[in-house]
Amino acid sequence: MNTTLISTVSSAKVETPKQVIEINNLRKGFGTEDVLINVSLKLYDGENLVVLGKSGSGKSVLIKCIVRLLEPDGGTIDILGENVSALDHDRLSELRKKIGFLFQSGALYDSMTVRQNLEFPLRRIKRNLNQKEINEKVQEVLENVGLSDALNKMPSQLSGGMRKRISLARTLVVDPLIMLYDEPTTGLDPVTSDEISLLINEVQKKYKTSSIIITHDIECARTTANRIIMLMDGEIYQEGGLEKFEKSTDLSIKSFFK
Amino acid sequence: MKKFSPVIKVKTIATEQSIRLVEKTIAKTAEAGNFLTNIADVFLFITRVIKVTFSRDFEFKEFLNQCFQIGNKTLPLISVTGIIIGLVLTIQMRPALLSFGAVSLLPGMVAVSLIREMGPVITALICAGKIGSGMGAELGSMRVSEQIDAMEVSSVNPIKYLVVTRVLAAMLMIPLLVLYADALGILGSWAGANIKGDVTFALFFSQAFSQITFIDFLPALVKTFFFGSVIGFVGCYKGYTAGRGTESVGIAANSAVVLSSLLVIIIDLIAVQITDIL
Repeated sequence: MNTTLISTVSSAKVETPKQVIEINNLRKGFGTEDVLINVSLKLYDGENLVVLGKSGSGKSVLIKCIVRLLEPDGGTIDILGENVSALDHDRLSELRKKIGFLFQSGALYDSMTVRQNLEFPLRRIKRNLNQKEINEKVQEVLENVGLSDALNKMPSQLSGGMRKRISLARTLVVDPLIMLYDEPTTGLDPVTSDEISLLINEVQKKYKTSSIIITHDIECARTTANRIIMLMDGEIYQEGGLEKFEKSTDLSIKSFFK
Repeated sequence: MKKFSPVIKVKTIATEQSIRLVEKTIAKTAEAGNFLTNIADVFLFITRVIKVTFSRDFEFKEFLNQCFQIGNKTLPLISVTGIIIGLVLTIQMRPALLSFGAVSLLPGMVAVSLIREMGPVITALICAGKIGSGMGAELGSMRVSEQIDAMEVSSVNPIKYLVVTRVLAAMLMIPLLVLYADALGILGSWAGANIKGDVTFALFFSQAFSQITFIDFLPALVKTFFFGSVIGFVGCYKGYTAGRGTESVGIAANSAVVLSSLLVIIIDLIAVQITDIL
């Protein structure tokens, strides 16, 4: 048999998507308590990966380790081919420009208006833009999150859902390649939660982002997930598509997917 | 009833006491360890701030904003305090000087005490209360609400934007506020001198400034830069390293005031000793 032909056929079959994040044996603890125990996962280009789990299962710690807001105790995290733990401050800063992080609380800067919140990262990351281009970019992302009339409002004048949208706009304004959502629907009513979940899908399509969505909201997971990982007590309990989770007979999983 | 022999009783007491002693030793060692860790953290923080201060892309707009905030917050308080200090000093010194027939020395004495000691220390203590607590509370609440984390993940150095601008603004504005308080203090003193006497504005000022030398003025000005830096560093450090709960905001603001006020007094003591040697 022709070996060249075999290799051509097999490479055509095994077309694995590009990995944007690869985590191997990640460990993190606080004091004597282990929060993450040998967590390994991969995020592929263009997918929405939902990390599901109860409160205190280590979900938020996981994404904070990814952007090195928390230093891992062990294991490796590769983002876009770079080992995050090995990066110095400048290179980490460059890498972070490619990552958008939506905080659970929104984390809008209280002392700034919506416009200033959006301009803040834009002026510091995309330094070559002039004022006209900055205005256009701000207007564009505000329209994309459906809040173009909130430009001159202060964060204190916004509702919970609006704060989440503006916070999302602030991360999108610098065109990130990867989005990390920390409990995007927590504290919102069911209607607003659905709107945010749909917005996450729109962001995936429009900005071609790869995302990790941390949540315990099963409706958000159903709407946004291409793949799901379930964390339990700091360890990966189950991994697969939505269908696998919906059909599971495991009691811990069923308690989520009732 | 069960009876213990005296030997067993002594052994039991000795064991309990040794356990207590070991526990106390471990607790004290942990306390000492925490204290040393805190000191190391403070030095690391100061090193980071100094390093970032001399890096490129200084946040000049935010620096000006902080200068304005410091001036805006403290100016009314310092104006009132400055005038009252001058007034009170004059009213209290006048009878003593009158008994020696040396009332003409009053303007000079008040000016020297205001410029060398009262003006810098009182202004710095007011700023420690007003600015130090403000910085501690603001940065503390930014830490609690993840705004500092948000800045960090969006590739903006929070030390550069939040801390360096505040520390430098305090270092610039507090000496200026001290000069302003000194001037108002002398004005208050002139008003005080006119309550029971009659002295013209021009004469009072010429007598006041005839007693002031370069050695009165320069060390006082130099120490105010240190007051400013201590107030800025302590306020920012307490806020920046605040815990995650909302109560930590109050703790940060409170400890910023207490520690910066204490450090102002200690720096003043050191400055007086150095000036005395000179």
